[in-house]
Amino acid sequence: MEQRYYQPEIETMPVEEIKKLQSEKLVKQVRHVYDHVPYYRALMEERGVKPEDIKGIEDIARLPFLTKADLREAYPTGLLAVPQKDCVRIHSTSGTTGRRVVAFYTQHDVDLWEDCCARAIMATGCTDEDVCQVAYGYGLFTGGSGLHGGSHKVGCLTLPMSSGNTERQIQFMMDLGATLLCCTPSYAAYLGESLKEMGYKPEDNKLKAGIFGAEPWTEEMRRGIEASLGIKAYDIYGLTETSGPGVAFECSEQKGMHINEDHFYAEIIDPDTGEVLPEGSKGELVFTSLDKEAFPLLRYRTRDICVLTREPCACGRTHIRMSKPMGRSDDMLIIRGVNVFPSQIETVLLKEGYSPNYQIVLDRVNNNDTFDVNVEMNPDQFVDTVGGLTKQEKALAAAMKTMLGINPTVHLVSPKSIVRSEGKAVRVIDKRKLF
Amino acid sequence: MAINQLTVFVENKQGALVQITEALAAVNVDIRALSIADTQEFGILRLIVNNNEAATAALNDLGYIIKNIDVVGVKIGDAPGKLSKALDVLDKSGINMEYLYAFLTRTEKHAYVVIRVADNEAAEAAFTAAGFHIITDADVAKL
Repeated sequence: MEQRYYQPEIETMPVEEIKKLQSEKLVKQVRHVYDHVPYYRALMEERGVKPEDIKGIEDIARLPFLTKADLREAYPTGLLAVPQKDCVRIHSTSGTTGRRVVAFYTQHDVDLWEDCCARAIMATGCTDEDVCQVAYGYGLFTGGSGLHGGSHKVGCLTLPMSSGNTERQIQFMMDLGATLLCCTPSYAAYLGESLKEMGYKPEDNKLKAGIFGAEPWTEEMRRGIEASLGIKAYDIYGLTETSGPGVAFECSEQKGMHINEDHFYAEIIDPDTGEVLPEGSKGELVFTSLDKEAFPLLRYRTRDICVLTREPCACGRTHIRMSKPMGRSDDMLIIRGVNVFPSQIETVLLKEGYSPNYQIVLDRVNNNDTFDVNVEMNPDQFVDTVGGLTKQEKALAAAMKTMLGINPTVHLVSPKSIVRSEGKAVRVIDKRKLF
Repeated sequence: MAINQLTVFVENKQGALVQITEALAAVNVDIRALSIADTQEFGILRLIVNNNEAATAALNDLGYIIKNIDVVGVKIGDAPGKLSKALDVLDKSGINMEYLYAFLTRTEKHAYVVIRVADNEAAEAAFTAAGFHIITDADVAKL
């Protein structure tokens, strides 16, 4: 396949030059953050680090980490580094009331993010002659806006479908000849099944490629999507905290995702000690935004466990590659693309007067996540009619949906029936085998 | 007046009913009547027994959720049409029924129905006025 780049001079820049560029940007960025974000300045002062101590990218490990807890603490504007009037947009993480992250963007920040997405789109071989169907959700979620902006930058005809309404998705896909599909992998799989049910063969659509991310998916799932849609499926990585999808993307080699390291510097650390690990080690991924203005996180701990490699890639890109995340260093679950912390379930249970003894059971049926929550019932909650108990289960599910943004199936169970190992209840049973 | 129903939450797991009935047998509790309402995931076991205290203690020890609730027990003759006559009493009095189940005894030529309603006193008054005999826990123990 002919290689196409959106910004070839950057994407194929010799590694030494990338490092020089990163050093220049980091020195400036640390000064910017120190001067404008009192929250981070305090963290630096606590560690006895001054902006002048950071002379290049090799000094980055002297900077303090930021975690999700910091983002919560600083919510909503505590990490904002520019006057609010300079911002043009916000995005926010899905669902989670207590743990919502609001990220701010200047026009510059939007541009660099969209550039990253444009690189991802062109890495699939697409150009301004292509028709890009964006079936990620639009709105607070970064998925829709990111790929939409990238598609504009490349010059594709953009179909801003947003998520859902499968019949309409398929109608536009067919009638307008979409060649690139961007959505979550589970939705891509669902579209594939729906097409088949409607009697279409994989060769009936004009799709060539798909860019799928925002939730964990396996190689097996990739092959399934590729077969059902007749496309090549590309992975994309990102998080709201760093901008959104496009922080890293797959090229035609499909051997890891190239990190856009002119904008985002990646480190792998030992999640327990915080020590930076050498290339090739498995550990927690940490990102530093090198040139974002409004919400420039330095050394943000993603909690995703992965491996980095700088081995040359046949696609010609020189940017470092990250593996698919192999797990989490915290207990966050990604269910149907939504971030869920078990503690949120606990919060709902306590608020609704239930015991905090629960168990989350996840599985994947036909490429869709099933989400069940077993809750141990208190004796005083027991009623003697089926209707009464079912009503309680539904009310609890509704309360969880309000908190999480997604709907679990709640099952009331007997006290002490949830398996405990060494006295500690097993809170999550994940049968999806995603990592 | 009402009689006590032992109500037990039972998850649909193999062996649950065996465990419960064995536990009751072990403390010499006789089951006079039982009914199970079940869904795919759980069942609600409703029992009328001759010794509530012993049964409650035995099932509590096993960790079951138990609720002792009052239900109305009515003696009806064991002949065609008797049940519908009894139900007609409730219907005419405008009393809604949640559920009911019936049982026979070996000794008497009578059937009994256990009825769950929101207002036991109203139901009992209606039955008594219509000439039915309401049974008590003491009656149940003697059956």
